This record gives sequence, C-alpha cells and structure tokens, in this order.
Amino acid sequence: MNAIVREPVWIDVGAVTDIPRRGARRLPSPRGDVAIFRTGDGAVFALMDACPHKGGPLSQGIVHGQSVTCPLHGRVIDLATGEGVGADKGGGCAPVVPLEVRDGRLLLRLDRI
Amino acid sequence: MQTSKQRLVVIGNGMAGCRVVEDILKRDPDRYEITIFGAEPRVNYNRIMLSPVLAGEKAFEDIVINDEAWYRENAITLHAGRAVLAIDRAGKTVTVEGGLTVAYDKLILASGSDPVRLPLPGADLAGVVTFRDLDDVAQMVTAAEAGGQAVVIGGGLLGLEAAYGLARRGMKATVVHLMDVLMERQLDSAAGFLLTEALAQRGVETVLSAQSEAILGQDGKVSGLKLQDGRVLPCSILIMAVGIRPNTALAKASGLAVGRGVVVDDQMRTDDPDIYAVGECAEHRGVAYGLVAPIWDMCKTLAAALTGDEASAYGGSMLSTRLKVSGVDVFSAGAFAGGEACEDIVFRDAGRGVYKRVVLENGKVAGAVLFGDATDGGWYFDLMRSRADVSGIRETLIFGQAITEGLAGLDPSSAVAAMSDDQEVCGCNGVCKGQITGAITGQGLSTLDAVRAVTKASASCGSCTPLVEKLLKLTLGDGFQVQTGPAPMCKCTSHTHDVVRRAILEGELKSMPAIHQALEWTTPDGCASCRPALNYYLLCAWPGAYQDDKQSRFINERVHANIQKDGTYSVVPRMWGGMTSPAELRAIADVADKFSIPAVKVTGGQRIDLLGVKKDDLPAVWADLNAAGMVSGHAYAKGLRTVKTCVGSDWCRFGTQDSTGLGIRLEKFMWGSWTPAKVKLAVSGCPRNCAEATCKDVGVVCVDSGFEIHVGGAAGLHIRGTEVLTKVATEDEAVWTICALVQLYREQGWYLERIYKWMDRVGLDAIKAALAEPDDRRALYDRFAYSQRFARMDPWAERVAGRHTDEFTPLSRRLEFEPA
Ligand code: SRM
Ligand SMILES: Cc1cc2nc3c(=O)[nH]c(=O)nc-3n(C[C@H](O)[C@H](O)[C@H](O)COP(=O)(O)OP(=O)(O)OC[C@H]3O[C@@H](n4cnc5c(N)ncnc54)[C@H](O)[C@@H]3O)c2cc1C
Ligand code: SF4
Ligand code: FES
Repeated sequence: MNAIVREPVWIDVGAVTDIPRRGARRLPSPRGDVAIFRTGDGAVFALMDACPHKGGPLSQGIVHGQSVTCPLHGRVIDLATGEGVGADKGGGCAPVVPLEVRDGRLLLRLDRI
Repeated sequence: MQTSKQRLVVIGNGMAGCRVVEDILKRDPDRYEITIFGAEPRVNYNRIMLSPVLAGEKAFEDIVINDEAWYRENAITLHAGRAVLAIDRAGKTVTVEGGLTVAYDKLILASGSDPVRLPLPGADLAGVVTFRDLDDVAQMVTAAEAGGQAVVIGGGLLGLEAAYGLARRGMKATVVHLMDVLMERQLDSAAGFLLTEALAQRGVETVLSAQSEAILGQDGKVSGLKLQDGRVLPCSILIMAVGIRPNTALAKASGLAVGRGVVVDDQMRTDDPDIYAVGECAEHRGVAYGLVAPIWDMCKTLAAALTGDEASAYGGSMLSTRLKVSGVDVFSAGAFAGGEACEDIVFRDAGRGVYKRVVLENGKVAGAVLFGDATDGGWYFDLMRSRADVSGIRETLIFGQAITEGLAGLDPSSAVAAMSDDQEVCGCNGVCKGQITGAITGQGLSTLDAVRAVTKASASCGSCTPLVEKLLKLTLGDGFQVQTGPAPMCKCTSHTHDVVRRAILEGELKSMPAIHQALEWTTPDGCASCRPALNYYLLCAWPGAYQDDKQSRFINERVHANIQKDGTYSVVPRMWGGMTSPAELRAIADVADKFSIPAVKVTGGQRIDLLGVKKDDLPAVWADLNAAGMVSGHAYAKGLRTVKTCVGSDWCRFGTQDSTGLGIRLEKFMWGSWTPAKVKLAVSGCPRNCAEATCKDVGVVCVDSGFEIHVGGAAGLHIRGTEVLTKVATEDEAVWTICALVQLYREQGWYLERIYKWMDRVGLDAIKAALAEPDDRRALYDRFAYSQRFARMDPWAERVAGRHTDEFTPLSRRLEFEPA
C-alpha cells in the first residue's frame, strides 16, 4: 500500500471581511468549489460547495445561526460539521475544509480540498 | 542600606509593574531592594479609570493607586518620567534616559502596550491623538473645551469610551468603525445594535462598515476624516483607538525571545532566567492580553515565583469585558459561535431595554452577552470558568442567579410549587406567582391567553410561558389544556405575522434588530424563515427608507435569476405584456450565442427563458440585454411576475378593448414591486379569455361596457378560478383599482401567502369593503405609487453598474495545486 501523507498546506484566500455576515463566497478549485461562510456572529467555516442531498451549491443558501439552508430543496446543513441538522440529520455530509483566521485573513487547508 | 538584599528593577510604573511589587511586598517585604522606572512623569494610577476622567466623572486624584507616600514607606526608588533605553543582559544593568545606569539581580519588564497608529495620510497632524495615558486625556479635554466635533476611529471598548467622554464634555462625537457591529469581538449583532442606539441617545453617532482613507488638515491641524466612500467627517480632534501593540522594543533589542509580546513561561520568565515580563507586554502560551484581570493573575504568579514559590504557575485566563459608559450596562464573556452542540438561550425585555444571551455547549456555559442588565455577568463568568454542568438549571439560567438559586435542587414542577407567592414569574411585566394563581382561581381563568390578558404575565417576551403553563397546570390540574391559536411566525417568536406587521408600523420599527428587540425575539438574529419575511415587511412599511438586506433573501432574489438544479441560473427578460420585437429577439439570440447558453425556451408566461447561464456570467449577460433595452423579468421574485395578454381589439375580431395595451400599461407601472408572494396578472380582450385571466392572481376580462376585475385565481399547486371583485368603465379605473387591490394585499398578506390564500383568510367581502370607498381606494393607490418610486428599478442594471459585484466574483480565481 502506498499511503500518501500530505503535509498541511495553509493558503491565504482572502480577508474575513470579504465574506458578508450571514453569507458566503465561493472559491473555485480544480477539485470543486469551496464555500466559505461567515455567520452573524462573525465565525467563519468552509465546506465543499455541494449539498449531501443532490449536490446543491450551499454557498448560495441563506445562512442562519450556524447553519445554511440549501438553495435547491431546503436541507439545513450545520456549517461546522457539514451534516444535516434536526430532521435532515443522517443524509451524508458536505466535507469540511479546515479554515483558520489569522490577523483578519482567511487561511484554508489546501491539501484537504 | 543592606547589601544582602537582591536588587529588583521594574521597567514600567503602570498597572502590572506596581501590582507585582505590591504582591511581592505582601509576601516578603524585605527580600528586594526595589527600583521602578516609569516613562510617565507621575505615580502609579488606575489606567482603566482614564475613561471616567475623560468623561469628567472622576478626577486624577481619585484614580491614583499608589501615591508618593507608598513608594517612600516601602523604600521603593521611583524614577518617574525616565524611560529605560537599554538592557545589558551580560552586565545585568539597565540604562535610563539622562544617562543613569542601574544594576539588577532580577529584572521585570512591565512596559505595557503602545496604541496602534494607522499609517493614514495626515496621521501626524496636530490633534490626532491616541487614548492611552493621562497626557492623551489632557489633550482631549483641551480640545473639548473649544467645543466642535470629534471623530474616533475604532468602535471597540476604548474608542467608545473616548467618544462617550468627549460627548459628555459637549463635543459632537462620531465613531467610525471598520466592521458592521460595534465591539464585534465582544458583542453579537443584536447587542451591537442596542449599543449603537444607546450611544446615539448619549450624543455619540456611529458610522459602521467605514474604511478611513485620509486625515485632512488645515494649518498643520486636523480638520476632518475622509472615508473611502468619499464622505468627509469634519473634526477638530481625531482619536485613533484601533488596537494596541505590546511594547517589546527593549526586549527585542536585548535579544530576548519576542513573538507578539515578550515570550514567557508559566512563571512569567523570559528566556533569560533573571528577566521576567508581566502585563500587556508579555505573551503567554501564544496570547498577549489587553485587560487587567489576567494581568492580576500573572502578577500573583510572578510574585510567588520571585519569593521562593517556584510551584506557582499561571495557566492562562478566560476574559470578560464590561463597557464603562454610564447607564449602558454591557457585559461579554466567552464565545458565541461555538460548535454543533451549542445552544442559545435568549431573553429580551423591550420595556427595560434588556437583551441577554447565554450560549451553552455540552451543558456548560460557553459564553454570555448581556445588555441593559449586566448584574449576572459575574455569575455566568464563574459558571463558565468553573466549567460547571448547568443542565439542571437550564430552564431558569437566563433569569439569573437569584431566581435560579431560589429554585435550586427542585424539579421544574415542584420548583414552581415551591416558589413563594411574591416571587417574580414574569420579569418583563413584574408579575409574581401569587398574582397569577390568584387570577386563575379568583377569575376562573383556564387558558394561557386569559392569564396573559388579565395579568400580563408572559405577554411580552414569552420566555416565562412554560412557567405560567406550569402554574396553570398546578392550579387547575387536569382542567388545563395547552391551547392552540394563530400560529406564531416562526420558532423565534410567539407573535403572529399580523402582530409583527402592526408593531412595525405602530412602533416605527425600521430595522430587523429593532424588531427583534421590541418584540422580544428568542434568538439573537432570527432564522431562515423569519428573516426573509421581516425583510419584506420592512420594505413594504418603509419604502425608500429601509435598506434591503440581501443576506435575508433567497438566492434567486439575491442574484435576480433562478437557480437551476446544476447550480447554473436562468435569465428571463421582461417582454411587456408578452410583446416583443425583432431587435429584442436578435439581442436574445446574440446573448445565447456569445455566452454559449445551452437552452432557450418560451415560458408559460409569454416570454423567453435563457437556461443554464453560469453565475459569473450573469452581469455580462444582463449588460447585453440592458443594452438592447430589456430589463429583469423578475421570474424569481416574490413580486410582480408576468402580465399575460391577448391580442385584443388591435387585431382580434372579437376584441372589445385594447387588452394588450392595458396589460403593458399595468406591467410598466407595477414592475419591480415586492409582494408577499408572487403576483401574476393577465388581461383578456373578451370573455373567451385567451390570456387565461380567470386563473391569475389578478385578472381583467374586457367586455363592451368596460373591464371586469377578477381576483384570487391560481393554476399551480391548486387550481382556483377567480372571483369577480368589481367592474369598472374605464382603463384608468381598472389600473387604479388593481393597484389599490395589490397594495391592500401587500399590506395584509403574510409572507409567502398568495393572493388566493390571503383572500381565503380575510374573505372577499372584507377586500371589497376595503376598496369600496373612493378615498380609501385612492389612499391605497397612492401608497402603491409612492413605493413604486423606489421599486421600479432594474436590479440587473444596478448590478451591471457595479453594485454588490462580490456576489458574482469568486474569492480567488487562481487556486493552484501541485501535481498530485
Ligand atoms: C419558466 C416557467 C415554465 C415554462 O417553461 O414555461 C416556470 C418555471 C418555474 N416555475 Fe412556474 N413557471 C412558469 C409558469 C408558471 C405558470 C403559468 C403562468 O404563469 O401562466 C404557473 C401556473 C399559474 C400560477 O402561478 O398559479 C406556474 C406555477 C408555478 C408554481 C405553483 C404556484 C402556486 O402557488 O401554486 C410554482 C411553485 C412556487 O411558486 O412555489 C412555480 C415555480 C416555478 C419555478 C420558479 C421553480 C423554482 O422555484 O425554481 C420555475 C423556475 C424555472 C426558471 O428557472 O425559470 N410555478 N408557473 C414559466 C415562467 C413564466 C414566466 O415567464 O415567468
Ligand atoms: C482608557 C483605557 C480604558 C481601559 N479600560 C479597561 C477596562 O475597563 N478593563 C480592563 O480590564 N482593562 C482596561 N484597559 C486596559 C488596561 O488599562 C491595561 O490592560 C493595563 O493598564 C495594562 O497594564 P500594564 O502594566 O501591562 O501596562 P500599562 O498600565 O500601560 O503600564 C506600562 C507602563 O510602562 C511604561 N513604560 C513603557 N516603556 C517603558 C520604558 N522603556 N521605560 C520605562 N517605562 C516604560 C509606560 O509609560 C506605562 O506607564 C483600559 C485601558 C485604557 C487606556
Ligand atoms: S378570444 Fe382572445 S383572441 Fe379571441 S377575441 Fe377574445 S381576446 Fe381576442
Ligand atoms: S441539493 Fe441541497 S437540498 Fe437538495
């Protein structure tokens, strides 16, 4: 077996203030779009931009509390885990991409996209 | 002089420097021969009280911590007004301003922080000050004596206290803040909103989301601040309160390890065993603190370490913040944006202007924000620090320590039984248990509503509803049934749509946070179901004044296009009344070619749909359509969609009136209007009804003698034929009546309730009655026409002109991967 161990690679993808509060921005990548969210409280999260239901672009949904409602059929997805919330639990998950804030900049784990 | 004593030198005569000396003296007064250097020419004072000094609420004498006698009595040598210039670690000496060199055995760095100065053009003008020491306060006081205007850059704790102080001294103070919430690191947006309002009442204006561009001056003195959006705020003094930077210059120059601050271990020791650092200049486990509470803990540890107790260790601190603005109680601690297991408990009391939010994580307090009543701040902070499990007191936690501990150890219903008659149940309206049980038995009440009506208990924020229900159950036994009534808007509130809409008008509530507070929302900032609704209600109530909140709109309305199953969008331009022209068709064809749009379809609404457009292409597609004279068809909107027409008297052998012309006139007047749900119109030229007017929200069927106006049709999920509203003789009357009808619906309809459902709820007769009087009709029409002045705007053109372009631009176009 040839397991590839990748070093964590953090890249700067923009300023926290580039993401609207209660909103999201898309980050295109060769492995699919990444959705970067900012809640009303200012916390930021990143998920692969594909709903576990039918791949809807979560970045286009309404952000409320710490969740986003998928724009296609309204599943509510937890931003921290990528999983469905409440009645939508258990239907798979949108992969989480580690994201950190340093000095107001957004740093994303490139190797986890 | 005893030579056996060790020589302790302290750099910094501030909060930390003197506190650590006090702590050392308490433990072992004879151990050291102490020398303190302070760059400020005065004794040790309480820096945090500079705010009340600025506000004129205290004098310098009131805030001195240690006066000259203290230094004398403790045999401390104070060099006030002399900064240390260098440390010689090999020779173990420090060199001071004026040439003095002093030897040490142990050295403590307590040099605090320097305020950050933004490198803006004009930053060196006279009158640009920071807020750190007494000299800064003196400058501000002098400026305030001349009156005029002050600008403060930075809406954090310091900036707000500076602005408040200057306002108290009679200046017109404006705080300019980069973020959209004041004190955003401590407060959530709900508390931030309340703070903005409270400050406004105290003469402090706030400009949020504002980027400073340049400081303007005249004759070498500051005269104003220019913002990036071009606004200029005139001022005679400008305070920069944008943050602090640990003062590490000496440490760096002498080769000590420095990160953000001077790096120390758990004994506050630097990487030189004889040099320590405490206070804001120190960095412990990667954190440099900016508040006094952690500094006191550091000082205690360091004093122990320096008096022989090497076991004592500092483990870092949790922080809490209070704002020192008279009459504005603000407390904050911990985090509000936690993980999955987080739960919010929110309490609001509109009457007293109180907002409290406690965040639980796995049954423990993870954070708290209190506004308007911060009495329990310390209690929540203790619960947080001790990581106590609060699941057992969850129900009463938000009511504070007194109530919670009064009911401790009892299960919820026996807790209620055990409450004394004079214990308060409803904090908002000040109703005690005895009044409620008395009313239940005395007046034979059996429902929550009745109790609310008679006692006012739980009639405001509703947080005590469970308690009141328990009292009903307790008093009535099985006689109590949980009632059902009109459903609340959503889980954030106990109010119905109607109550909320009325309150918006009567209370002149003009923003979402204002509604949340006045109507005591039980969440910090609403949910995905109430936010779009409130956004519409505000837009409808305050046309022209309310700023649309795009983050509260469903994606289609946010980007003016319909999202498709693959994440692309469809674009439908208006074709007024279903009419088009060769030029329009050519432009549509060109756009389809140019952007490789995969599908072009004729819709059921008499126009053309371009399907499969990439989001990034939308603005460019719109630009081309705009250039050919076409505007958004709002195929995505809870608003006016299409006006279908038939060819009418222009061409048709049966046509009685110009149905096409009337349709176009209606569409051109009504387009862009927001409504509770979508609104579709149609105008048919005769009762053969080719435009299918009798299954539209509003339909017109033309007849020889005039125009029959129909209402309440649908042909989607439900098939509904229309009812006849009225018949009018002229085209003008038809337009007036239809606009008045739609305005009535705009003002009464619940969000997402289509016209036919609204009609089912209020009744056709009520609608007819509301439109019967010409004056009423006219007033409704006028209100519609007024709001159209702001709504009849092409959102595509606005976007093409550059509004909110970030919505269509991905974060970074180049994200490269090394080959796998
Ligand atoms: C494009 C079109 C179908 C077509 O290819 O012809 C269409 C497409 C959609 N209709 Fe429709 N409806 C279209 C005419 C109709 C009609 C016919 C009409 O207007 O004469 C009806 C029945 C009349 C009525 O509204 O009562 C109709 C009844 C619905 C309904 C059911 C509404 C209801 O309250 O029962 C929905 C669902 C909804 O709105 O919640 C809907 C929703 C939709 C949505 C918006 C679904 C969605 O949310 O994505 C579709 C958007 C596709 C897109 O991207 O453009 N569409 N839809 C028609 C666009 C008309 C236009 O030019 O704007
Ligand atoms: C207006 C204001 C309001 C505040 N309000 C609060 C509050 O409400 N709550 C709270 O917790 N905190 C508050 N703070 C923060 C608090 O005052 C600081 O955290 C605290 O003062 C830090 O203590 P320190 O000893 O590290 O630094 P300081 O108190 O700044 O002391 C450092 C001293 O070292 C001196 N110095 C620096 N370099 C040299 C040198 N080379 N030689 C000799 N001396 C030197 C400086 O002149 C200064 O006197 C406030 C601060 C300000 C300015
Ligand atoms: S049925 Fe339609 S097309 Fe025919 S006359 Fe009437 S309005 Fe005209
Ligand atoms: S794709 Fe997200 S809910 Fe269906």
